[in-house]
Amino acid sequence: MSEEKNLNTKTGGASTSLDDEQRVKVLSPGMMVAKRFFRNRLAMVGLVIIVCMFLFSFVGGMIAPYGEKQVFRTTETAIKDYAGVAENKDWQYSVADGKEFPAAAQAQMILAVNNGETSFTAKDVSYGLLKKNDDLYYIVQGEQIATVTNVRGNANYKEVVAGALTDSVKAAYEAAVAANQSEFDADGVHYSITQQGRITSINIAENIAIASKYVFSGATKEVEVSFDFKCAALDAMEAEASSMEADGVTYTIEENEEGALFYKDGEEYALVSTYNISAINDGVFLTLEFRNAALKAIDEGAETFTFTDESGEETEYVLKRKNEQYTVRSYVETQVNDTYAKPSKAHLLGTDGHGMDMLTRLMFGGRISLLVGFVTVIIEVLIGIIMGGIAGYFGGWVDTLIMRIVDIFYCIPAMPLYIILGAIMDFWKIDPQFRIFVLCAMLGLLGWASVARMVRGQILSLREQEFMTAAEALGISTHRRIFIHLIPNVIPQLIVIATMGLGDTILTEATLSYLGLGVKFPYASWGNIINAVNDSYVMTNFWFVWIPAGLLILLTVLGFNFIGDGLRDAFDPKMKR
Amino acid sequence: MKKFIAKRLGISIVILFFVTLIIYSIMRCMPTSYVENKAREMSSKPGAKSYEEWLEQLNESYGLDVNIPQGYVVWIGHVFTGDFGDSWQWNVPVIDKFKEVIWYSFALGASAFLLEIIIAIPLGILAARKQYSRTDYAVTVFALIGISLPSFFFATILKMIFSVKLGWLDLYGIVGRMHEQLSPFGQFLDYAQHMILPVATLTIVSIGSLMRYTRTNMLEVLNSDFIRTARAKGLPEKRVVNYHAFRNTLIPIVTILGGSLPTLFAGAMITEQLFQIPGIGYTSYLSMTRGDIPFSMFYLTFLAILSLLGNLIADILYAVVDPRVRVH
Repeated sequence: MSEEKNLNTKTGGASTSLDDEQRVKVLSPGMMVAKRFFRNRLAMVGLVIIVCMFLFSFVGGMIAPYGEKQVFRTTETAIKDYAGVAENKDWQYSVADGKEFPAAAQAQMILAVNNGETSFTAKDVSYGLLKKNDDLYYIVQGEQIATVTNVRGNANYKEVVAGALTDSVKAAYEAAVAANQSEFDADGVHYSITQQGRITSINIAENIAIASKYVFSGATKEVEVSFDFKCAALDAMEAEASSMEADGVTYTIEENEEGALFYKDGEEYALVSTYNISAINDGVFLTLEFRNAALKAIDEGAETFTFTDESGEETEYVLKRKNEQYTVRSYVETQVNDTYAKPSKAHLLGTDGHGMDMLTRLMFGGRISLLVGFVTVIIEVLIGIIMGGIAGYFGGWVDTLIMRIVDIFYCIPAMPLYIILGAIMDFWKIDPQFRIFVLCAMLGLLGWASVARMVRGQILSLREQEFMTAAEALGISTHRRIFIHLIPNVIPQLIVIATMGLGDTILTEATLSYLGLGVKFPYASWGNIINAVNDSYVMTNFWFVWIPAGLLILLTVLGFNFIGDGLRDAFDPKMKR
Repeated sequence: MKKFIAKRLGISIVILFFVTLIIYSIMRCMPTSYVENKAREMSSKPGAKSYEEWLEQLNESYGLDVNIPQGYVVWIGHVFTGDFGDSWQWNVPVIDKFKEVIWYSFALGASAFLLEIIIAIPLGILAARKQYSRTDYAVTVFALIGISLPSFFFATILKMIFSVKLGWLDLYGIVGRMHEQLSPFGQFLDYAQHMILPVATLTIVSIGSLMRYTRTNMLEVLNSDFIRTARAKGLPEKRVVNYHAFRNTLIPIVTILGGSLPTLFAGAMITEQLFQIPGIGYTSYLSMTRGDIPFSMFYLTFLAILSLLGNLIADILYAVVDPRVRVH
């Protein structure tokens, strides 16, 4: 400190006229300023902060192992519904090839079953209903060949189709009535007996559909259980047979509690069960083994079961019961973006909402934030010097005009205007990269007024001084006088105002980006990284998403302000220690 | 003095004219404005007219079927009769909406302003008296941190601590859930409680500049000759600082404070938006992002007038407080 005082007295002692403080300011050697600046502890802290920020953003971005827009993926185990199991209580209809059994008829059939009738009509088509057992009905549709009216024990036959009612049919019919059956065979033809009021009709019966509460499922995707097979299978189950024949193939049957398993040539062919098992997703085929395993687990009341599929992969399934229904759920691994991952070795600051590495984003965001700051300030200073210089040097109406323009720009409310312009850019869907430059231009064009005002004020006082009179007397051109003699003398104040302006601009850019009106995704800036905090959930749960970015903004702006403050003290001899 | 004020007023009006013209032109540049959204909405209703027809009709009824200079002339013509039009976003006359929301902003601004004065001036003077001491560094660092703090970041930290972790205050809004059931005094307390965080944010963020300004001016005064004389006379240091120095420091401070009086009504757009205080700032933010031209025009004009008024008051106060200025 004492050394500095000596230096001051030295320069002061060289010429008495240097007592004039203005002169001291003009002539103060750069070394003196530098010395004062480096003595200022706060300014040094600021300088260190800013250097660190530059290293972090520019060098850090280069050596960072990840890219700016690299998205990280992770696998996530989610429990997903795999299959539904329900005990079947509804009628399952299977219809013979080429026949129809519409929904209206199905409804009529249920009514008929409930009322114990043996025939029903739906949409002017009459159907016969043959009961095998409580859970199995044959729906037959037949050509009526004769009607029988029973009058006091005597059967009165009336042919409908001439010549169809042969004696053997009559005999068989009577035998069937005596045995209280509703169908009979005669001459190799199957007949059915249906009752309509007092009239009994004999029909050549043809099975068009069966209604049962059993569900058929094939052993492989290719197996399509045919109608004939179903009829034969249900008959065989009714008869508790151990084998049966359908379509010329012999099947062996293995009955169990809920149904039966059919083997064809020793291989599983189809499963018949009262449980309806279906996959939740289309295109997933449930094998018989899986069905069996699921049914077994339900029987045992187990909550989970493991099942090994053909490729030998063992999967654990969870059974969830809801009333009569069971849902089989499995753990499925899916690939998702690694969003909001906690800080770890791979991601020192975790990941953001897009699954990008936070630290890398911060580095690249720093580049953009600093870049926006510098470009904007350069624009501001350039316009400010030119306008202020012209106004201050020429004075008169030029000065008045430029100063009124400055007043207008000073008076425009900046933040609301930035918001409006940001909204306009949003509407035009400007390319994010181009938008960064528009943002710089916007901030610069609205911010030059204060620089111009300062430059003008300085020049107004400088141009009255002796050295300018001397320059004029020497015949130096106007252009040189402004830019070589005047402007360099304004530079100290300019540096101070520019340094402070850098901090301000970074803050403004961050605020705009925070509001979502500044730098846009996929580009990062510190402001738009914090933007995530608008979601309260992110704010409360993921500190690493917003605290680092906020601290970086704070530190950078603080660094610039420390430096600017230190520079002002260093340039201003009045503030000397 | 009268001539000076008259001249300044005249210049202000010219400036205001250009500022409103620029703002109006920019507002009209919004391609997808409120009207287009409205037309899209109306045309999607069953049995409605086509989008183009609606757009034409709405443009006509909102007075947008003229070009920018014509529109501006119409707008300014209405303004001279005190009519700022009806807000599109809020469906009430702009002035009504303004009267409804301005007091929230004023309460917020005034509380922060008072706190600022109470904290910043003593600290600034303290820092100046003990220049280059530890206290001075602490005050300087505090002031600069305040200036450098992004308000949204600071507000988020406050919310995190006081609303989320401690659960003392609400995250958003100006009234609590039970506001309607409270007694008038309880309602006032409810308002006050919801103002704590916004006022804290606003105060900390804007306190720095006043503190620095006080310090700089106090330093200047303390280094001047009359203070040396006072000390040389043997006056106690207390009297030198509190009487001789402080009064002279007040000159620039009162000037700058007077100049910032009108901004109490300007509303703190970012802070209000962060805490969703329904003041003029937040209302305008919503209006601006939704392309509500009448309200935005009103707000921006209002801000421009306030800033011009602030400059004028500062200049007049400067002349009133400091007799030396009056000579010019």
